[in-house]
Amino acid sequence: MSILDKHGVLEKNVTLLAIFAFLIVTIGGLVQIVPLFYLENTIEDVEGMRPYTPLELTGRDVYVREGCYVCHSQMIRPMRDEVERYGHYSLAAESKYDHPFQWGSKRTGPDLARVGGRYSDDWQIDHLRSPQSVVPESVMPKYGFLEDTMIDGKYVADLMSTHKLVGVPYTSEMIEAAQADFAAQADPDSDYDGLLERYGENVNVRNFDGAAGISEADALVAYLQMLGTLVDFSTFTPDASR
Amino acid sequence: MSDKKKDDLDYETTGHSWDGIKEYNKPLPKWWVWTFYACIVWGVGYAIAYPAWPLINGATPGLLGFSTRGEVAEDIARVEEANSAINAKLAATELTEIAADAELAGYANNAGSAVFKTWCAQCHGSGAGGAVGYPNLRDDAWLWGGSIEDIHLTISHGIRNETDDDARYSEMPAFGRDELLEKEEIVQVVNYVQTLSGETPNDAAAAAAGEELFADNCSSCHAEDGSGDRSQGAPNLTDALWLYGGDYDTILETVNNARFGVMPPWTDRLSEAEIRAVAVYVHGLGGGEASE
Repeated sequence: MSILDKHGVLEKNVTLLAIFAFLIVTIGGLVQIVPLFYLENTIEDVEGMRPYTPLELTGRDVYVREGCYVCHSQMIRPMRDEVERYGHYSLAAESKYDHPFQWGSKRTGPDLARVGGRYSDDWQIDHLRSPQSVVPESVMPKYGFLEDTMIDGKYVADLMSTHKLVGVPYTSEMIEAAQADFAAQADPDSDYDGLLERYGENVNVRNFDGAAGISEADALVAYLQMLGTLVDFSTFTPDASR
Repeated sequence: MSDKKKDDLDYETTGHSWDGIKEYNKPLPKWWVWTFYACIVWGVGYAIAYPAWPLINGATPGLLGFSTRGEVAEDIARVEEANSAINAKLAATELTEIAADAELAGYANNAGSAVFKTWCAQCHGSGAGGAVGYPNLRDDAWLWGGSIEDIHLTISHGIRNETDDDARYSEMPAFGRDELLEKEEIVQVVNYVQTLSGETPNDAAAAAAGEELFADNCSSCHAEDGSGDRSQGAPNLTDALWLYGGDYDTILETVNNARFGVMPPWTDRLSEAEIRAVAVYVHGLGGGEASE
């Protein structure tokens, strides 16, 4: 009973109480948070991940700006029904270049974690213009105006520098070529070898919205069409015991 | 703690006293306290049974060996196991003979319906009625063929996509955008195309002039009589069924800028049995044709 009787000391000295309370909360925090940074089963590395290209990153900004995450999640949970509907469950490492991540917890629309390649570019554009034209049951609003806002990627290098600051491995070469890569990805007639060299062969280079110039719709569709396509699950099998 | 003491009213107090104010000892109800202790015991058991304590490289795995990934893999394996016999049979049976086997056809239709609603309905509609630019699968007008083999090939490899080398491919020239025909000529062709399906052309004289232009520029894919060519996915222009629309303006847009409808390949996402099931389902929607 002796040490427990000592609590009177803490209860009568507010500074001491604050110091001990802080110590206890710190210990609790460290025990919960620190292991996440070194445990092997929380820092799984996967093959195929690459940073977003300048156009995709811009599209991602449009996605966030329009609040797509309010209705669409980007995380396929490890449950059979989700895997059957959307594809392989999401891995933490698949959103390692997402700042902030777009996992979400509410689905008014379907999950988009693996929507890349699931529909044609035309479908994406038709669907953005008028979701009900292709899916009559849909309650999604129309985003046709994205096609009217032309963008030039003037500030995309700054955006990439900011992402670099928080840990995305953009090289200085990538940042220098940002605006050129931005334009090249939306123009299949351009010289896009540099883009593929920097970001890999699986970058989609197309005129995503089918219209001249680069619009926000181009950027958004470029982003949507690569979602969840980076990890090739025919060659990569995640560790089963996690 | 402090000794139990009684105050003047015979209530038990904790013995604490601040400036003469005493604290009654009012313990929590027994049931609450015992529930609390039970939770602690359960928590210890839980931490032993399930993954919990962080160590050097990983967390303790727990006695039950539970993992989320393991659980979903087991769940999927259980269902696959249950269907494995009939799926193997579906994948091994000749496409044309599936319909003859009642059990197999019934399974394929049901499984195909589920696959369709998950993967195909977004473009072709949940009732397979299609939308502008996305073919109706219930009618008997087929762009690339309506036999079970044709449907199976289309689903497997898709159309005009970049990801599958075996995708069906054809490309209509953009007669206006690429200046292959004069503006006036395009107007004539469009008027002529209107007459093919019995529409009244906007300009009958232009339609007559368009006949020769059609023969020179369009017939290699759409055939002399406009009935189309399935080997190239060239639509029949005489049947009054339109993918993008048969009014003057829409046909004008089509001839000017061409169309390039894309369908993704499905071999990466669906198993052979699933592709066959959905092929059987689509074939059975109403427009399915007999194999040659």
